[in-house]
Parts: sequence; structure tokens; C-alpha cells
Amino acid sequence: MAAKTIISRPIYGTLSPQPGKHHLFLADAEGALAIVDMAKTAPLGFFDGAEIVFIPGPDGKHVAVLEALKPAQFHVAPSFASLLPRLKQTLANAHMGLRLYLAGTEGLIGQAMQVALEAGIDHTSMQTEHRGSLARRMQCVHCKGITENVTTQPATCSHCGLLLLVRDHYSRRLAAFQGVCINAEDRSEIPPMEEAFP
Amino acid sequence: MGITFRKETFRDDFTFKNSPEHIRRFPFPFHEDSYMYAVNIEPHVVGPKGSVLENLIDVDEHYVAEMQDRALVLAEDPLRCQSLPHMTLAGWDLLELLMEQQALGYPEHFTLTRDGDRWRWINRPLGIDDTFTFGDTSTLPYGPMEYITRQSQGDFCILDQRDGNLWMDAGMVTTQADWSLDFDIGMNFFEWHAPVPLAHEKGIFVRALKFLTNIQQGKPARRLNWTMTINPRLDTSPENYHKWGPDRTTVTPENVGDKVHLRVELQSFWRLPRSNGIVFPIRCYLIKMDELVTQPKWARRLHRVLRDLPEELATYKGLTRYRPTLVEWLSKLDDGSATSPGFGPD
Repeated sequence: MAAKTIISRPIYGTLSPQPGKHHLFLADAEGALAIVDMAKTAPLGFFDGAEIVFIPGPDGKHVAVLEALKPAQFHVAPSFASLLPRLKQTLANAHMGLRLYLAGTEGLIGQAMQVALEAGIDHTSMQTEHRGSLARRMQCVHCKGITENVTTQPATCSHCGLLLLVRDHYSRRLAAFQGVCINAEDRSEIPPMEEAFP
Repeated sequence: MGITFRKETFRDDFTFKNSPEHIRRFPFPFHEDSYMYAVNIEPHVVGPKGSVLENLIDVDEHYVAEMQDRALVLAEDPLRCQSLPHMTLAGWDLLELLMEQQALGYPEHFTLTRDGDRWRWINRPLGIDDTFTFGDTSTLPYGPMEYITRQSQGDFCILDQRDGNLWMDAGMVTTQADWSLDFDIGMNFFEWHAPVPLAHEKGIFVRALKFLTNIQQGKPARRLNWTMTINPRLDTSPENYHKWGPDRTTVTPENVGDKVHLRVELQSFWRLPRSNGIVFPIRCYLIKMDELVTQPKWARRLHRVLRDLPEELATYKGLTRYRPTLVEWLSKLDDGSATSPGFGPD
């Protein structure tokens, strides 16, 4: 987490079991471990009304530990994009009182929150926990293209190629940090690129 | 008699200028020889004749040219005008406010006649004569907010009030000082102001929000804000920063007077009657240094303000690159004598 932050930058918490009958978990990679840790304090039978959707990281780990929680439904998805239709349907059919838990990378939390917001769930009612990579999802303010998994500061827009300052300014609606051309005034100034969000 | 509207541009050949009368009425934003953030909000009441406050919604000699520039921006990037689905009623509120105020202040240019919900709007400077049904979006060529803000100077943000906060849920923003409606739409008051330095720590936004959420219908408020712009460019959006940013490297001691502009925003805040939203017009006034220094008091004061401005603010306002050149140029017009209190020229 960056030392100095601003108010639009999301703040994540620690997952905790919420009262209710229906619980939907979305996690990627090491986010699985946030669910496992939370399960230690969950009341008996908590996962009988839970659905866990998991996108494994490149190492493919943590599927078995989630399965061991014996949720009512368990689904492994290869990517967020592939999961989207299922997630939209689940939220559209959800009963009032569904509890949402998001854990893992900022990109996963942000995109899942974006879909949930569109389904009418208030962002303050969602449980979130950041685990794993600090990589950012960034929108280029110039060409509006989204670059996934940005780890450097500055970063190159994967669409228009401008060199962008990755700001802390964050839009929940776009599920993205803002990228603004870092050398717009004089393109010959090339600041060094550092690994800022490993 | 009415206003003589100038033919001028805010891009390419930059022919924008202020007439001598418009220089005198420029809303100079410094009432003393230094500047720091404050909650400088006051009631938006009618001011002296001949000032920008003569009418609560000001129309000036740049009206037609500004509306033409807005149309160019929107043709290139329609996302500069957005309204979330729950904001249509607030759009009608704004249409009513702007039609009423413009017709009231400038009857020779604008006429509004109402027969129940059947309204006729005549805008002579832009050659518009439309009859429509108030509340029925299908009777206008655009949504109500876009329709009327294509005919009104300044940017407009419409804020929804809920959960004790204000939410930036609609806007027409084509003349902004470096912030993106497309990025900030849907954010609350603290979130969209997040990048502003120093002011959060001073509690400015907490106090400002408290004030704004209590604004009553018929009692608008206002404040001034300022920055500087190289060339009289209205569209200084972050979207186009890579296009206008290089202008900042072009300031020389020879061209300061013509290129460097003080950019003042007259921001006002109005409660909307049906939607209970707040509309926040941000009216932008530009003046080039050559025009500003025709008022010796303003030249002396601007020199002192810019010379002593905290570095963090100078950086945020994007002045860093040309501030030394500008301060040096202004210093020659500052004999060190006292300036009179208040904003106006001597």
C-alpha cells in the first residue's frame, strides 16, 4: 500500500462473516486465502448458503482449500471476462439480503464491484479484502483504453502508447485508476520506469 | 441595445480578446496580495451594474463563440456531456433555471413564453426558436440538460444529494481546468476532489459540503476559483492534455503578455426545485496578461500573489514551467506601492 494516499483510492478491509442466509464470494489467486481465514470465525453451517466463485492465478493454486469449505456452489472460472455472464445472472436473480464478499487483486475486486453496483448493490455493503499483487487496472484518460495489470510507474498505455502517470485517483464506475500523460508538455522528457505495484 | 457578440476562436489561431469594457468587468479573484485556499463562499446575489454579477447567470460578448467551441468539443468527444439515468428530472430543473435567468437578464436576446407545459424558447444570438413540452424529452432535440447547456456559457455539474453527500451524477463539461467528467461521474464530493492538495487537511471540503447540502431554493451561493492557461484555450481537458500541454513550454519574456491568461471560474450553487439536486455552474473567464495589466492595481497584486504562491499549489495549477518568466515580467510593473483593498480595479 502506498504511503501517501488520497480519498478516492479504495480502502480494503478484512472479510468477516455477515448475518444472512445467502453469501456470494468472488476471489482470485491469493484471495482464496482470505476466504479460508474468514472461515475460521464463521458460524457452523455458514457455507451451506454460500457460493464461491474462484479465478485461480497462473500457479493454479488454492482450488482444493476452497472446495474443502463445502460451499453450496463452487465454480472455478478461467478469467473475469468468462465469468461475467454467470455473475450478472446470479446478481439479477439474487434475493434481497445477498451478502457479497470480494477478495484478491484490486482488478478483481474493482471489476466485481462494478458489476454489483450496476445490479444496485451499495458499495459500502460489500466486504472486500486485498490479497496478492498490487497491480493496477488503469484507464488512459486520453484514448480511454484500459490496461490491465499495470505494475510500473509510469506505465505505457497498451492502446495509444502514451507514457502515463498512474494516479491514485480511482473510479468505481470504471473500476480503474486514472492514467495521465506524464510528459505531455515535453515528450522528450522520459522519466525512469520503476516497479511500483508488484 | 444588447450585447455585440465577438467573432473569435479559442483554438488554432486564438483570436479571443476582451473589449475594454470587458477588461474592467473581469472578475479578478484576489482581494489581497496573497492567496491561500479558504471556504470563500458567499450568497450569490445581484451585484453592481456593469459587473459580471449584474445578472445571476452572466451572458457576455463571448457567448456565441463559446457555444461554437462547445459544439466542436462535443462533436469530437460526446462523453463531455453525460447524465446518469436518475438525473433527467434535474436536467429539466436546470433548463427552467437557465431559460428563466437568461430571459430575465437579456430580454433582447432570449424570450421564454409558457402556456402550461407548452413552452416556447427563442434564442436570437444562436438563431433558435423551439416549442416543446416541459417534462417530455421526446419534444427536444437533446436531453434537457444537454439542450440548454449547449446554449449557456460555462460548465455545469448537477449533483444528486443523498446519504448526506453530493454525487456528481450529470454534467456538461467542455471548458474544464484539467478534470475529467467521464472519470469523475458517479463520485461523491470527497472522491472527486481527492486529487486537490492541502485543502483536505485544512478541513475545507468537510465545511464546504456542510454548506452546500444546506443550500435552499432561491438562495444560491457562489465562490471564485482561478488558475492560468497558456493561449485562450477553453478546452483544457485532461483528455486533450497531450495536445495542449506543450503550450506551456512556449512562454518567453517576449510573448508573456499575449500568451499567458488568468483563468477565473465563477462557481455558483443552486438548489433545484423538483429533483432537490444542486446545480453547480462553473463559468470561465479568460484575460490575457496584456489586458490585465492595463489595470495597474491588478498587475501589482498578481505579481505578489504569484511570486509568493506555495510551490505545491503552483504545481497543482500547472504553473511550474513558466512561473519564473511570468513573475519576472510582472515584477517590472510592480513599483512596490500599496494596493487598495477589494477585488476591483482602481
